[in-house]
Amino acid sequence: MNAIELTRLDIAYGPARVVHDVSLAVAEGESFALVGESGSGKSTILKAIAGLAPDWTGTISVLGNPRAHRPERDFARTCQMVFQDPYGSLHPRKTVDDCLAEPLAVHGLKGRDERVKAALAAVGLDRRFRFRYPHQLSGGQRQRVAIARALMLEPRILLLDEPTSALDVSVQAEILNLLKKLRREQGLTYLLVTHNLPVVSFLCDRLAVMRHGRIVEVAHVEALKTGRLADPYSRELYAASGGALQPA
Amino acid sequence: MTAPLLSIKNLTVTFPTPKGPVEVVRGISFSLGRERLGIVGESGSGKSMTGRSILKLIRPPGRVTADEMVFDGIDLASLRERRMRALRGARISMVMQDPKFSLNPVMTVGEQIGEALKTHRPMPRRQLRARVLEMLEAVRINEPERVADLYPHEVSGGMGQRVMIAMMLIPEPDLLIADEPTSALDVSVQAQVLDIIDELVRRNGMGLILISHDLGLVARYCDRILVMNGGEIVEECAARDLDKARHPYTRGLLAAMPRMDEDRDELPVLDRSAWAAT
Amino acid sequence: MSAVRDWLLDDSPASRLQASLGRSWRSFSALMRNPLAVAGALIILALIVMAVFAPWIAPYSAIGQDLANRLAPPSALHWMGTDELGRDIFSRVVFGSRITLMIVTMVAVISAPIGLLVGAISGYFGGWTDRVLMGLTDIFLSMPKLILALAFVAALGPGIENAIIAIAITAWPVYARIARAETITFRDSEFIAAVQLQGASSARVILRHVLPLCASSTIIRVTLDMAGIILTAAGLGFLGLGAQPPLPEWGAMISSGRNFILDQWWVATMPGFAIIAVSLGFCFLGDGLRDVLDPKQRDGR
Repeated sequence: MNAIELTRLDIAYGPARVVHDVSLAVAEGESFALVGESGSGKSTILKAIAGLAPDWTGTISVLGNPRAHRPERDFARTCQMVFQDPYGSLHPRKTVDDCLAEPLAVHGLKGRDERVKAALAAVGLDRRFRFRYPHQLSGGQRQRVAIARALMLEPRILLLDEPTSALDVSVQAEILNLLKKLRREQGLTYLLVTHNLPVVSFLCDRLAVMRHGRIVEVAHVEALKTGRLADPYSRELYAASGGALQPA
Repeated sequence: MTAPLLSIKNLTVTFPTPKGPVEVVRGISFSLGRERLGIVGESGSGKSMTGRSILKLIRPPGRVTADEMVFDGIDLASLRERRMRALRGARISMVMQDPKFSLNPVMTVGEQIGEALKTHRPMPRRQLRARVLEMLEAVRINEPERVADLYPHEVSGGMGQRVMIAMMLIPEPDLLIADEPTSALDVSVQAQVLDIIDELVRRNGMGLILISHDLGLVARYCDRILVMNGGEIVEECAARDLDKARHPYTRGLLAAMPRMDEDRDELPVLDRSAWAAT
Repeated sequence: MSAVRDWLLDDSPASRLQASLGRSWRSFSALMRNPLAVAGALIILALIVMAVFAPWIAPYSAIGQDLANRLAPPSALHWMGTDELGRDIFSRVVFGSRITLMIVTMVAVISAPIGLLVGAISGYFGGWTDRVLMGLTDIFLSMPKLILALAFVAALGPGIENAIIAIAITAWPVYARIARAETITFRDSEFIAAVQLQGASSARVILRHVLPLCASSTIIRVTLDMAGIILTAAGLGFLGLGAQPPLPEWGAMISSGRNFILDQWWVATMPGFAIIAVSLGFCFLGDGLRDVLDPKQRDGR
């Protein structure tokens, strides 16, 4: 069974159609990347899967279940999302503890204390951070909290929207290592959106290159590592990111 | 040997906090000729504060002290605000990260570029317009006539940044400080913008200080690199020797970057405790 | 003392309680560094103390008449003089603080939650909900406060309870507008999207995540509005539509004193001073709160 399957997906955002006729299948346990520049529609696809961009036609199915056009309670336990901006994705008036306990409260799960402690340990945050407010945390620490929050409901799929692009290089390395470790330990499926090709090389198995709302190429990560992408636009992107092109 | 364009000795920037003053730049010294200098560092390294203190743009309660801060024979440290205003833009310019916040939303692009020149050198309107169009062409804008009459919200991010560069370079300054000029732009546009800056800097024989968090980018566009961490310069080297950097911080940064042909299972992580106090 | 302070300001609180107390302490100490806010807080504190301990503070009864001693000027016996029925004005002002305090508290308790809820719902859902709720709000906003309150009191009958209801009805639309504007600024933010993705219901998102963020600007506004509420209440009292005699309501006292304003100035002036002092107190406190609680204002400096 595929973790995520999109068929003939068109997405509109306001009056404009931003994604055209996208079909894609991500296998369970796979780490798949959507790459492209701003305005390519890559983030919009994530939002549509999550239910945050409700204006779409076609089908989206997650672990075999068709998705509705809005966030759902049951869906929350299979799929969660990590956002780009660690400064905007945490509620400014809530402590780390509140933030991590909220999904438990929503789903009526017990054992708040142990689960919050376990989640903090899993993302490598010391217990001292448990009752801090977001403004008392650094960017990297916030992103760890956001990842911990996404994992509270033990989902099988994580949607990652540029999870490291707002972070410093050294912090990015920490978060990338963490994401890799979590995937190995919990058998997660990742759908990662990024403009950073080296990040894809480190974290993903396959990638789709997007431009103007369409997929121009789906490739294995080996093609990226060896500089053998086929589509002219993918190759342009590859060169601009500092890669040395090889004949396709 | 000729005197350098900019010479800074023991520059310190301090901000008061409830827990006592904090030094965000701790006594750094460097000099700059008519060359391209890169300042690299992560957030909080003090790189932006260094750039701003050269233009005396640090607002109170921040405090700037330096043993020496001389630009082309002018002592910046003792310069009055009025003289400093005349210097800013005319002789030292600065390009900031996001053109959206740096451009005036109710003036057309052409008016703003013209304004930048007129302030320092009054001239007839016709001549001004001609210079503006010439400058837009120099930053590789295809239809300068049309673009000059657009408002900032009508231009894309990359074009906005090129407009900013045009605005900053039209008075023909001697020194351009570019603070993360391309961080808000797509990779393919980044190269274009930096190529333009590079070309104009070379053509006019200016000095350039390129401030960025991106080691690779600075190495590509600069002659010399200063690596900053915790308000101090930890390493200074020629750009082409960056891969031979010695300081553990620089080496750590280089290693922490994922590569296009990544085969490491885990990225090495900086051990901050080794040299940073906080 | 310093141990308590360190505990409150600890960067790594060990419990939920310590974290929230620490944050309150930070706001409180910031407020106390603002001289105007301190002045305002002291005036309000004095008002509260006066209301609570009125029977002990007031030297005479608020309604006891002494017809032999009518319209006596301020003296050692009657600090603020006596009124046309020989009642001690100082005692009446002291007891009047209870009425004033009750009016402002009741109005705040009724109108702020209504405004917050209407505004948050309107801003969060947008679309038709927004249009209907804001249309309603606009209708109330478009009518002058005192006139609308007058109409309500005229319909419901004069009396202090009806005055409170009337003022509350005219006060909430402003809070709804503020709450809506605040809600819209972060409705599409990622931290709200994150809670939605966790499966939280709209009611939960609004009550637990949206309202706490609107609360501070509403508190500021309510505090600033207190002065206006007191004046409206006094205005209704003055017109004979608020508190009824013999209740020592400050507006009604001014109203009855106006007949002798030229010869016995103190009858109308003393309660007037009380109204001015308390209004100013709330204004100062509100300004101080704005400096402390409203980050937008703080960034502007």
